Formats: sequence, structure tokens, C-alpha cells
Amino acid sequence: MRFKLTFWQVLFSVIMGLGVYSAYVRYFHGLGAVSNMSDQFPWGLWIGFDCLCGVMLAAGGFCITGAVYLFNIEHLHCIVRPTILTAFLGYCLFILGLLFDLGRPWFIWHQLIYMNPHSVMFEVGMCVMTYTTVLFFEFLPNVLERYHLRTPLKWVKRLMPVLVVTGILLSTLHQSSLGSLYLIMPSKLHPFWYSPALPFFFFGSAIAVGLAMIIFESTLSAKAFGRNLELPVLITLGSALLVALWVNALLRFQDYFHRGILGLIIKPSYEAYFLWLELILAFVIPIGLLSFKKIRHSPKGLYFAAVSCLLGFVTNRLNVGITGFETWAGHHFVPKWTELMITLSIISLGFLAFYFCVKYLPIYGVHVAQAQLRQPEAIPSEVPELSNVQT
Amino acid sequence: MSKGILYDATLCIGCKQCEKSCAEHNGLPYDDSIAAEERQSEHKFTVVLTENDKFMRRLCMHCDQPACASVCPVGALHKTAPGPVVYDVWKCIGCRYCMVACAFSQPKYEWGSLNPRVRKCIMCPDLIKAGHQTACAEACPTGATKFGERDDLIQEANERLRQNPSNYVQHIYGLKEVGGTSVLLLSSVPFEEFGYPPEQKVGDVALPEYTGQVMSRMPDFIPLWALILGGIYWLANRQEEVTAAEASERNGGSR
Repeated sequence: MRFKLTFWQVLFSVIMGLGVYSAYVRYFHGLGAVSNMSDQFPWGLWIGFDCLCGVMLAAGGFCITGAVYLFNIEHLHCIVRPTILTAFLGYCLFILGLLFDLGRPWFIWHQLIYMNPHSVMFEVGMCVMTYTTVLFFEFLPNVLERYHLRTPLKWVKRLMPVLVVTGILLSTLHQSSLGSLYLIMPSKLHPFWYSPALPFFFFGSAIAVGLAMIIFESTLSAKAFGRNLELPVLITLGSALLVALWVNALLRFQDYFHRGILGLIIKPSYEAYFLWLELILAFVIPIGLLSFKKIRHSPKGLYFAAVSCLLGFVTNRLNVGITGFETWAGHHFVPKWTELMITLSIISLGFLAFYFCVKYLPIYGVHVAQAQLRQPEAIPSEVPELSNVQT
Repeated sequence: MSKGILYDATLCIGCKQCEKSCAEHNGLPYDDSIAAEERQSEHKFTVVLTENDKFMRRLCMHCDQPACASVCPVGALHKTAPGPVVYDVWKCIGCRYCMVACAFSQPKYEWGSLNPRVRKCIMCPDLIKAGHQTACAEACPTGATKFGERDDLIQEANERLRQNPSNYVQHIYGLKEVGGTSVLLLSSVPFEEFGYPPEQKVGDVALPEYTGQVMSRMPDFIPLWALILGGIYWLANRQEEVTAAEASERNGGSR
């Protein structure tokens, strides 16, 4: 156990060190020096992974607040906090990633004054900005409780209905709009991934991935922090994931069927291999696993299904963002090592921030319990917070 | 009236005077080695391609409804009334969506710069405003690149196609592609051979319409969805109230 911890520390330090070097190259030698992006490939790994995948992986936040506050699935309450934390960190890291990808990041605020309402990216930008603020307020009770600030805590709680509804509304908009970004390129994006239904695919996959991400993260943090796994919670999520995957799969099938390219899909080609990889990881394996009750009720089975699903949809987004343009660009895109290091550093930062938040904030309710011992009246009595306002 | 450029590849002799005067007018370097570069880049807004003694120019098409302008989150690109699609560098945040969205891949980027700009042909708006031709048209010794009113140029192109049918592919490239462009092309060989996406691929629909179908519904969708979500929230939490009320009734109303 001790060795394992050291190994992760070493790996983290190495990645961060190389990441700092890559950041230096990015800001002192330019985008051309740090990445393999070019006039043929103006969007590379940072848009393909950090943006398209990052936002999708942070979708758990709106899925779970929706489930708990809109549909009253009470027993999911205990995972609201860690999920909101993941989402909040995810969006912060997404914005951090943008600061690397934008050619003139110091003008990022131009979005607020030179608005172009016809631009999908404008809409995505505004939504992400507002939603990150919403997530900040949804995350805030953790900090307020930690420092026993009762009055602001009450205010934030009073805001909760507005935050939840706004959060879901904004997520619906920008998760689907990430897909709409590509609607304007019918002649460039490969037909396997270009579809008028792209916004629906992106929204649907965000829900599936949001659920899978919660299973993944709960399992990992249970291991890392030695907590008991909330198995009934994970089983509910696993069942919901199964439904979400079927809906996604059916949508994809209908799209291919109506566009008459089902025959093209089964014919071997460079793009077809990537499509098969995506479909197997995202649909065949997790649907196969989750269909068995025995697997659906075992922590390991749920974990593997979730991981496969995550890998599958990450492949899907990379296919939309990168693979789908390779034929048109006339060459393959492989990210430069410095480009990759920036992405890995951002991911590592996410893990680190998550670790510290769980350690020092009442994310899993530990601190609530401790605080109650010391100061019986200082803290509201329900354990996992963000509770309803009505009295 | 909107202006246009008609490039007739059959009249072109490949002298590259258009490249040279374009570079000069835009303050870009130009020498023999740059002349030999057979591709567009951040320092070469137009290029004369050569293949089997046939020539073809590449330049920004100046679409009537440009994809680049519609996708730009800060509106750094826009179509002007006389035709040119121009770029306001001080607005640009460097997202490069314009480059991805352009069906002709015209916007190029200063990848080596620390304060990079998007670069492309902007159809010499300063010259047009002053009543002159574009620099490339001015420099062309054979009239292969011709500047004028777009409607007149279309008429002239049709006439050339009619008078010398065997000389041309019977198609004015840019007349209908992506909803029409200010730059029009005539050629004796298929346009695809020089990297122009074929008409059946780019289509006649203006590209912004693909996103417009979604974006135009947003003002209706947002309040509707907000109302539905808010309504569900209200219903869901009323249910809790009801449960609480029932419970307190059972306990003899003591709560």
C-alpha cells in the first residue's frame, strides 16, 4: 500500500513536470511548436479530448441533481456531493484547457461584449460560463459547512431550486450544442459521424456517460478512501445506465438506417475500424454486461461496464473531433507529446483537486459527523446536504 | 450591387502576377521560393496551382452567407455589402472555428506566432471602396482574373461557356455552391482536381442554415424547457409536503 502511494506520487510529479515544460513551450513558442495542429487540422487533441470529452465526463452533475431533486430518487442523495464536486472540477479544468487551446486566451472575455448569437460556440461559451457559476454555488455548501458559516449556507440552500433547474437547463443546451458545433461541416466530417442528429447524440451520450462516471468515481474513491461502497445506489445507476445505453444505441441505429449507410458501416475501412471500436466499447460490452442481473448487482461488474462505456464514448467524441476529419485533411492526426502532456497534466490536476476536496471538505459527510460531535447545533442534521428549502 | 471576381482558368498562363501583387498589397513577403510554394498559408493568401499545363487559382470564395462569419463566437468575421468577407483581428480570441467550418479551408493560422491571427484573402476592401479593382485582378496580364459586378460576371461567364463549349467544363463554380460565392470560377478540367470540393458534396445550401435550424429554435426552447423543469421540481417537492402533511395527521397533528 505504501509503495503504491509512492508510485502514484512519482507518476504525478513526472506528468506535472513535463506538463509545466509543455506549458512553457505553448506560451513562449506558440501553438505550432507545442502541438501537431496545422491548417489541415485546426482542432486537435485539446478540442477533441479536453473539450468534447471533458464536458461529457462532467455530465454526472446535472444527471444526479435531476434524479434527486426533480424525480425525488431519495436514496441517490448520498452521491450528490461527490458528483457535483466532479462536475465543478471538470468544468474548471475545461476552462483551464481552453486557455491553452485558444490562440489569444487573454481575449476570452470578448465573448461577453462582441456577441454573435448565430454562433453555436458563443452559445456553448455562455452556457459553460453560467453553468460553472451554478456548479460553484452547488459546491459552496461544502466549504460553508466546513467553516460553520450558517447564514450564507441558509442563503445558498434557499437558492437551490433555482440552481438545480438552471443547471439542468444549461446542461441540456450546451451538452447538445457541442454536437451542433459540427452541423455546419457536412462536407468535411465523415458520414459515420456527421448527422443532423448530432445534438441528440451528444446529449444522449452525456447522460449515459454522466451515469457511468458516477459509478467509476464512486468505486475508485471507495477504494482510495476506504469507504463502504453504496451498492444499492450503484445498482440503481447501473440500471439507469442500461436504459440510457439502449436509447443511445437505438438512436444511432435509426440515424444510420434513415441515412442508408448501414451497409457502409459493416464494410472494412479505416473509419469503420474506429467506428467498430467505439460501438463495441460503448454499447456491445456494457449492454452485454449490464443485461445480466448477477453482473448488474456486483461492484466489479458495474465497474467494468462503466469503464467500457466511458472508453467507448470517449472514442466516439475523438472520432467526431479527429478521426472523422482525417480523410478530408488527407493525413492522420497524432498529437505531439507536449500536446498530450498538457492534457494529462490537466487530468492529473483534477485527481489532485478531488483528493484534497474529499480530504478537507465534508464531501462524503465525514466532516458533518465530526462537526456534530463537537458542536451539536452548528450544522443541519441531515447528513448529505444540499437539501430542499421547504419547511 | 455586390462585386465579384471571375477567374477563367483557360485564360491563365501561370505567371503568378496575382500572387505577387496580393502579397505586396497585404504586406507579405514574396520571392522565388515563396512563389514555388504550391499551397496557401498564413503568408500566401492566393496560389496558382499547376497540373499538366493546366492552372487554377485558390483564394477565399467570399461566400454570400459565409460559414466562417456565422460560427465566429465574437463576430470577428463578417460579410460586407460590396462582397468581401473581412476579419477584425482585435476581436479574435483564436478559437479557429472559422478554419474548421470553412468548406474551402481558406482561413489559415499563424501557428508560430505568440499573438496569432487568422489570415485569408479579404478581397482588398480598401481598393474596392476607393473604386479600384482587387490587386490580383489589376495585376493579371491576360484578364484571367476579372473584377466587376457579380451579376455582369455571371452573364459573361455564361456567354463564354456558350461560345466555346468544348473549352470548358459546363459549370460556373461558385454560382450556387454553398448558396453562392462572390468568386466565380471557369475551368477546362474538373474543379475537384485542384482541391475544390465538388458541387454535389458541398451542396447549394448556405452552410449557416444547417446550424440555423437548431439555433433559431433556442428562443422558443429555452423558456419551454425551463417551465417544464421548474414545474417538475414544484410537483416533486409538493409531493414531499403532502407526505409530511399525511404523516403529521397520523401523529395527531403534533408536528
